[in-house]
Amino acid sequence: MDISTTTDVPPPAAQRPVAEHKRAARGATRPGDRIFLGLSRGSGILLLVIMGAIAVFLTYRACLAISKDHGNFLTTFEWNTNLQPATFGIAVLAFGTIVSSVVAMAIAVPVAVAIALFITHYAPRRMSGPVAYVVDLLAAVPSIVYGLWGALVLVPHMNGLYGWLDDFFGWTGVFSWDQGAPRSMLTVGILLAIMILPIITNVSREVFRQVPRMHEEAALALGATRWEVVRMAVLPFGRSGVISASMLGLGRALGETMAVATVLSPSFDIQASLLNPGGGTFAQNIASKFSEADEFGRDALIASGLVLFVITLVVNGAARLIIARRAEYSGANA
Amino acid sequence: MSTAAVTDKRPSTLRAASLPRWTPWAIAAGSLVLGIGISLAAGLDSHIQWGLIAAVLFVLGTYGVAARVEGRRQAKDRVATSLVWVAFLLAVVPLISLIWVTAARGVKVLDLHFLTHSMGVVADTEAGGGIYHAIIGSLEQVGLATLIGAPIGVLTAIYLVEYGRGRLAKAVTFFVDVMTGIPSIVAGLFILSLMLIFEMQPFGFAGSLALAILMMPVVVRSTEEMLKLVPNELREASLALGVPKWRTILKVVLPTSIGGITTGVMLAVARIAGETAPVLLLVFGNPFINNNPFEGAQASLPLYIYQQFANSAGSGAAYDRAWAASLTLIAFVMILNLVARGIARWKAPRTGR
Repeated sequence: MDISTTTDVPPPAAQRPVAEHKRAARGATRPGDRIFLGLSRGSGILLLVIMGAIAVFLTYRACLAISKDHGNFLTTFEWNTNLQPATFGIAVLAFGTIVSSVVAMAIAVPVAVAIALFITHYAPRRMSGPVAYVVDLLAAVPSIVYGLWGALVLVPHMNGLYGWLDDFFGWTGVFSWDQGAPRSMLTVGILLAIMILPIITNVSREVFRQVPRMHEEAALALGATRWEVVRMAVLPFGRSGVISASMLGLGRALGETMAVATVLSPSFDIQASLLNPGGGTFAQNIASKFSEADEFGRDALIASGLVLFVITLVVNGAARLIIARRAEYSGANA
Repeated sequence: MSTAAVTDKRPSTLRAASLPRWTPWAIAAGSLVLGIGISLAAGLDSHIQWGLIAAVLFVLGTYGVAARVEGRRQAKDRVATSLVWVAFLLAVVPLISLIWVTAARGVKVLDLHFLTHSMGVVADTEAGGGIYHAIIGSLEQVGLATLIGAPIGVLTAIYLVEYGRGRLAKAVTFFVDVMTGIPSIVAGLFILSLMLIFEMQPFGFAGSLALAILMMPVVVRSTEEMLKLVPNELREASLALGVPKWRTILKVVLPTSIGGITTGVMLAVARIAGETAPVLLLVFGNPFINNNPFEGAQASLPLYIYQQFANSAGSGAAYDRAWAASLTLIAFVMILNLVARGIARWKAPRTGR
């Protein structure tokens, strides 16, 4: 009896503040509060509406185009929207987009991680601040400037590297070269790598900074060399952060337009070699075909843009989910 | 970092044999000489190959020497250190080249005439002309985009930080993150699909709408971070005095974080000012001066650079103009960045203590 009363007493006392708190939180009783909450919640909803509208309108216009496509939208190796009947397909674009992004990632991720390590763990302290600052600023250089630089400076400098790759690795087929202008997927990949480097570096750097000092000092106390500290304490902690940073970079590389449009000399076929010009990417194809496209042609370009939208959505969503999962873990680490 | 200091302070009696400090430099010099020697002997003419051979020799040499004197683990450490340095130098080269070339080629035609004249009477292959029309277009489009994007972004961030609980807030957070990654050309295609439906011709404001879409998630993200930095005690003190929540936000939270918010907005402006793809689709470009963003095609700086590059059939005059416009654009973006960071440092919220 006694016990039951003592156990009965606490709940109402604990519930009362909660109820009051709820009323206070809900209590947009003043008109000013109601208006302000409405405005800010409205903006949030507007963002969701915009995302939905992008998906809906792109799909609508894309359906108009695809329904009149004489070829297969996914497998056709052509882009003829001015002919009757129109034939177009995204096979070449999907291939080119993936290849250029993979090349870019293969180059950018190791270098970006190394630079992030350089800034956080290797550089002399007086140097790391300015280096980080410069990398920050480089993330702000517009893509069209990278494109101009790539086309007028990088491309002429690629001949030596191309000849060398052809000499030593030409037998693989991937690196064979027909002595054409080096406006090919490899150059595009290298340029994209340079462009996404600052993004990946910045995010990785932040993650490496958050490595608990205790972990590093424990490793040092056990006699680890600096590289062993990095390998055993820093990289495992930062792995998921680096993965999501890379996926953010990948998202950028997939959707990059101007840098590809200025450097690549496009054609609607698939090149087995990275060194021979040809191929195309979604964004580059939209930019270069747009000016001569009629309304139907624009719808077809919108259809290819929809595919790009879905791909980047998946990549970015995955990156965010990885970050979210990491946040749960880092709570346990703290 | 202090790791280096720790290593240096270790008493030398407890240390195994170690290489003198000048070793890396000596190995670097040696491998460079050897690399050049081998390249000359083999008749290689590309300097990239010389560098690569020297780099490989350097890594192998470091590993060999260090493994013999200091042991495997130290050798690996040295190789990792040199690889990190090489990666850093490798990345710095193109970036310095980019800035250097833009500056060196840009100053050729960049003068007052260039800034105050349009391309109206100048063919793309001729010398002369300027970017006045492009500057007007850029300023108007980016300005309008900021007027739309910044308030919506800041309000959304306020909702997420001050009110947001439950499913709606989670959905908004997730989609803001995803929206950050939308390619600019897709935002352009979205507005384009609307224009096709309503049968409209290209005009400046259409570009602003696409730019605003690109701007919003960036502003939300940075503003959110800034609002989270405002100490809860400030909000509680204000609420305890009976101040309504909306006035607390307007009079206490926002003034405290205004520096950071301004920085975020300026960085977002700097980002959209360089966007070419949506402008190419929606504003179309125009060699003449058009002051009205709501009617008729306009120019913009990034689009001008692209068109000078693409439509000029390799004419030197057009390339010079493209570089000069690039220099102007980079200068604009960098100044925005520097000012934004200055404001951030000056107005940084003094949290706690």
